[in-house]
Order: sequence, then C-alpha cells, then structure tokens
Amino acid sequence: MAGVAVPTVRIQREDFDVAAEIACLTQGRADVGAVVTFSGLCRDEAGRLSALELEHYPGMAEAEIGRIAAEAAGRWPLLGLTAIHRYGKLKPGDNIVLVAVSATHRQAAFEAASFLMDFLKSRAPFWKKEHLGDGSQGGWVDAREADEEAARRWKP
Amino acid sequence: MKLVYFAWVRERIGKPEEEVELPASVATVADLLRWLRARGEEYENALQHPQVIRVAIDREHVDHREKIAGAREIALFPPMTGG
Repeated sequence: MAGVAVPTVRIQREDFDVAAEIACLTQGRADVGAVVTFSGLCRDEAGRLSALELEHYPGMAEAEIGRIAAEAAGRWPLLGLTAIHRYGKLKPGDNIVLVAVSATHRQAAFEAASFLMDFLKSRAPFWKKEHLGDGSQGGWVDAREADEEAARRWKP
Repeated sequence: MKLVYFAWVRERIGKPEEEVELPASVATVADLLRWLRARGEEYENALQHPQVIRVAIDREHVDHREKIAGAREIALFPPMTGG
C-alpha cells in the first residue's frame, strides 16, 4: 500500500472543470511528475440522441467509487486521485465523468486511471437512459460485454 | 426489510422502493428473487431473467448465493452502464 493518496469522490448534478480539478491535484506541491485525466462525454450517436438521463443509487455510488479508488491507491504509488460522476439529464457534448490521477511517474498514473474507468463502468451503480432526437424516450442503454471484459483483465 | 429498485427494474415493478416482510424460507438473494417473482405480473416482468439482475446488500455488490439475514437494504438493478 502506498497509502499516500486520499481519493476525492464526488457524485453531482453540476458540471465540473477539468483544469480546476487538475489544479487541485498539483497546487502547492512540487512532487507531482504526472497527471493523467480521463473525461467521458455524452455523445449524440450520429444525431440519434438528444440527451442521456443518468440514474444512480445515492449512497452506494459514492461508496462503490470510493472502494474502487482505494483499490487503485493500493495498487499504484499515487499522489492524488479524483473521481467525479454526474447524474441527471445530460446533452450531447456535456461531461459525464472525470477521473484524474497524479503520481511521480506517468506509468502509475496512466494505469490507475485506466483501472478506475474499467471498474467504474462495470461496478459503479449508474444507468443511462436514452432520449431520442425526435423527442421520444428511447430505452435503457445495454451493458456491453466489452466493458466487463475490460474489468476482468486486471488481476485480483 | 427495505427493497430498492433502479432503472428498468424500478420501471417494471412500478415503484422505487418498498418494505417487505419476508418468510423464513427466504434465506439467500436467489430465494428473494424467486419469492418476488411470485408476487405479481409486474415482478415477473422485471425479474423473469434473474441471472441478469444485480444485487447489492447495504450498498455493496453481492452474488445471488449471498445470505440476506441481517440486511437492512437490498437493491435490485440491471447491469450498470455508467462512465
């Protein structure tokens, strides 16, 4: 266990500012050599979608992402870790999720960010419902086997 | 026992949560799913493929063999699609 990074986990309706979140990880310290961020955005699926509605399990969403973050902090020597996931109705182009990881060297930061996203997709209790461009309500997005597969590639 | 439902499980059952009194014969998550399916058409419709239903006890993922004794809140939901 590196035990250095104390993860920041937020579940919120509001947007986030990627630059501000990076600044939180780097400000006032001189030991950070690498910051990796991943942003997930709502896309329109070639014009088919007008919005995505994200439902979540309040309480468990924070707890589960916290567990995934703690696991990442135990596997890699991280200096900081921020995970933010939005809920509510989001339009194409809107931010959905942010993972930002800081470390001394890039390898740990890249790997930890990838690990966080793989587990966040398959274990964090969020569900997407589609709203279609013609104003009608689409269905719930199906889970992808590729996402489960991505999480399985990380050995316990 | 408090049950909470999300996404299409919630829509098909028609409510976000409910309190239930479970008979003593309902010991595991799999038993609970079987018991719920027999409660009515909306439950049968939501839980007809129990193997796809994900379950959390007190906000932690569990598999269907997990014992439910002592649980305060059990959540039923489809595979997750966040991120």
